[in-house]
Amino acid sequence: MAKGSIVAGCLAPHPPHLVYADNPDQNEPVSEGGWEQLRWGYERLRESLKDVDYDVIVVLSPHWQTYVGTHFIGVEKCSSKSVDPVFPNLFRFNYDLTIDVELARAIHDQAKSEGMSVKMMENPDFRVDYGTIVSCHMVRPEWDKPIVSISSNRSLSYYSVEVMQEMMMELGRSTAKAIEESGKKCVLLASNSLSHRHFVTETNPPEDMSKEHITSHAMHLWDMRMIELMRSGKSQQIINEMPEFCEQAIAESDGGALTWLLSAMDVPTEPATLHGYGTIIGTGNAIMEWPCHTWGEQ
Amino acid sequence: MMSGEIIKSLIVPPHPHPVLCPDKNEGWQRIRDAYDEARRQIEESDADLIIIYSTLWPSVIGHQIQADPNPEWVMVDADFHDLGSIHYSLKIDTDFAHAWNKANISRGLESRTVAYDGFPVDVGSVVALELLNPNNRIPAVICSTNVYSNRAETTVLAKSCMDVIKQQGKKAVAVSVMSLSNRMFTEAIEPHEDRIHSLKDDEWNQKILEFLSEGRLEDIGQLSRTIHDQIRVKKVVAFKPMWWLSAMNDNRNDLTGKVLAYEPIHGAGAAVVVLDPQSNGTGDKEYDEDDVDFYGGDRNVLDSSEDETESSPLDSGPALYDPVEGKNAVNTSKAPKPVGAYPHARREGDLIYLSGVGPRQPGDNSIPGGPIKDKAGNPLNYDIKAQTRAVVDNIARILEEAGSSLDNVIDVTSFLVDMDRDFSGYNEVWAETLGKVGPTRTTLAIRALPTPIAVEMKVIAKV
Ligand SMILES: [Fe+2]
Repeated sequence: MAKGSIVAGCLAPHPPHLVYADNPDQNEPVSEGGWEQLRWGYERLRESLKDVDYDVIVVLSPHWQTYVGTHFIGVEKCSSKSVDPVFPNLFRFNYDLTIDVELARAIHDQAKSEGMSVKMMENPDFRVDYGTIVSCHMVRPEWDKPIVSISSNRSLSYYSVEVMQEMMMELGRSTAKAIEESGKKCVLLASNSLSHRHFVTETNPPEDMSKEHITSHAMHLWDMRMIELMRSGKSQQIINEMPEFCEQAIAESDGGALTWLLSAMDVPTEPATLHGYGTIIGTGNAIMEWPCHTWGEQ
Repeated sequence: MMSGEIIKSLIVPPHPHPVLCPDKNEGWQRIRDAYDEARRQIEESDADLIIIYSTLWPSVIGHQIQADPNPEWVMVDADFHDLGSIHYSLKIDTDFAHAWNKANISRGLESRTVAYDGFPVDVGSVVALELLNPNNRIPAVICSTNVYSNRAETTVLAKSCMDVIKQQGKKAVAVSVMSLSNRMFTEAIEPHEDRIHSLKDDEWNQKILEFLSEGRLEDIGQLSRTIHDQIRVKKVVAFKPMWWLSAMNDNRNDLTGKVLAYEPIHGAGAAVVVLDPQSNGTGDKEYDEDDVDFYGGDRNVLDSSEDETESSPLDSGPALYDPVEGKNAVNTSKAPKPVGAYPHARREGDLIYLSGVGPRQPGDNSIPGGPIKDKAGNPLNYDIKAQTRAVVDNIARILEEAGSSLDNVIDVTSFLVDMDRDFSGYNEVWAETLGKVGPTRTTLAIRALPTPIAVEMKVIAKV
């Protein structure tokens, strides 16, 4: 069997506003659009992945928050309605998706053998979190690829950014190893925003773009710095600066997704492509792609 | 006016273990038994509403209040999904939910109701209602915890809730769903291995429970940030539920408290505590922090072009004057500045004539009980009793400056801008204060006063 590989890694933020603005059939609320810069960014990412051959999407979302280790969905067929508890007015999405339980378990087992606290989620009543759904929908609205859904262990709240990163570096390595052994081609999604300070009021309608902007100049500077580091292949520096970034930009990468992604790609020095940047109720969001499939065989 | 009140307050833990597997651990069973005891106490009372403030429902756009009459779904815990699912079908008092939402907005809070099929009611609310109110014997209302809210905002949230309880004459049970120390084990454990995560967490929990068993709820509120720093994983920014629960109880320290159980659940401190409003006869309240009635914080962040300076209720009102130092004038810095060229009072012989006195506070010009309208002239909800009390306090300060006191007041003319709404509240405070002195009194309804206040008094006293 040929070795499996990560064909692309993406920073794929999940504000429900993007699905809301896209008006897919699965989502109940109806909008007049909005956040086009980001939605066009996702369009460019989809175009970029169009001819890439892959089997599975592996996603880590900060909205399945677990405190007792890292969890993996272990139920093959998941269908229900996902309602965002924070923006239920925007996101009530009827999903019907397939989990690659085999790969999920392989990553779980590999991480466990490395000493990590991990658990399979096998309750059929479990509802898939909206972060996972939004990121997957924006990347692959056809929903024709199975996914692996990984929870966000809140080790940062429990310990520190350093401990969170240590764990996510290990999870990344375990993910890469399990993928390699599976023989599958995977697209990895780190489902998070960059700076993450929200407005606490909402416009009417929510898609009124005349009111959308970054919450502060400092947040903008941090977002641009992170994007520049990604574009210039300085992954290690992102990891080094993560403590300051998380603290000063209240960054959503505190959930570990970005560190996990960078680690799974072996902390690449290759540049990432920026497909789009925009703010969503004040938070900073970038859509980035590391086109691993073009990097050649190691 | 009907008289609503909080007849009982509860602190209960959010984890699903007491619902799904109490038999697996003796401590979890004791939490379950304590939940059952709290349920019996509610059933034996004349409670007609359960109000849940859940730390497990975070919100960003202000506070959210559940307003679906019958939220129904299957709840699975994010961590403890292997324990099973909880099917819930709740009965919500939607009238109350909408009224609370309105009251929030009129006290300056960002707030909205949610009513959507499939809305994921949080595990804390589901567990608490499942155990305290099986079969939906009485209706409930559920409110989120805003991730950015501070003490002032959380206090005002409780006050607007109390406004509605009083308006609707509810006998309500206030429930904070929360852990004490909230640090769980980060690895799977066997049920028999459960214990409080650390000795430090346990010691702090014991201290919290000692305070609560003495009915010292406001003291716990005041210690909130310290407790959060010491034993809380930073999930919702601070130990907010104690701010809310204390404000729901008029920030008292003399409640009657009883700890029904305290046990570990996967390392976190789980306790069932009942607080009754009867005074235990001890402990007076002591404020280290301001009492707030109206939220004027940093909410208006969407429009960056707007001037960001804080607005006082008088920004659009009349200019203020230093009191005129005329013949026989009596003036004091302890009373609010006049809105025209006149003194606070004037002595003629052994009589003191006071200029009209309102509730405005000297110094910051704030209005206890809140202003009656905002800058744009939109009516706001306000507390007439707080305003009336502030008027009497201002009168007392002016009389003291004149070498007299409230006891020497002989005649009062009162002006109310809304007689229908406010007479009974005003009258109640009158009876507790000047009513005991016994001056003659005349009360008039008038169209407006120069500042956004609802009550003013004109006083004549003896020296
Ligand atoms: Fe998010």
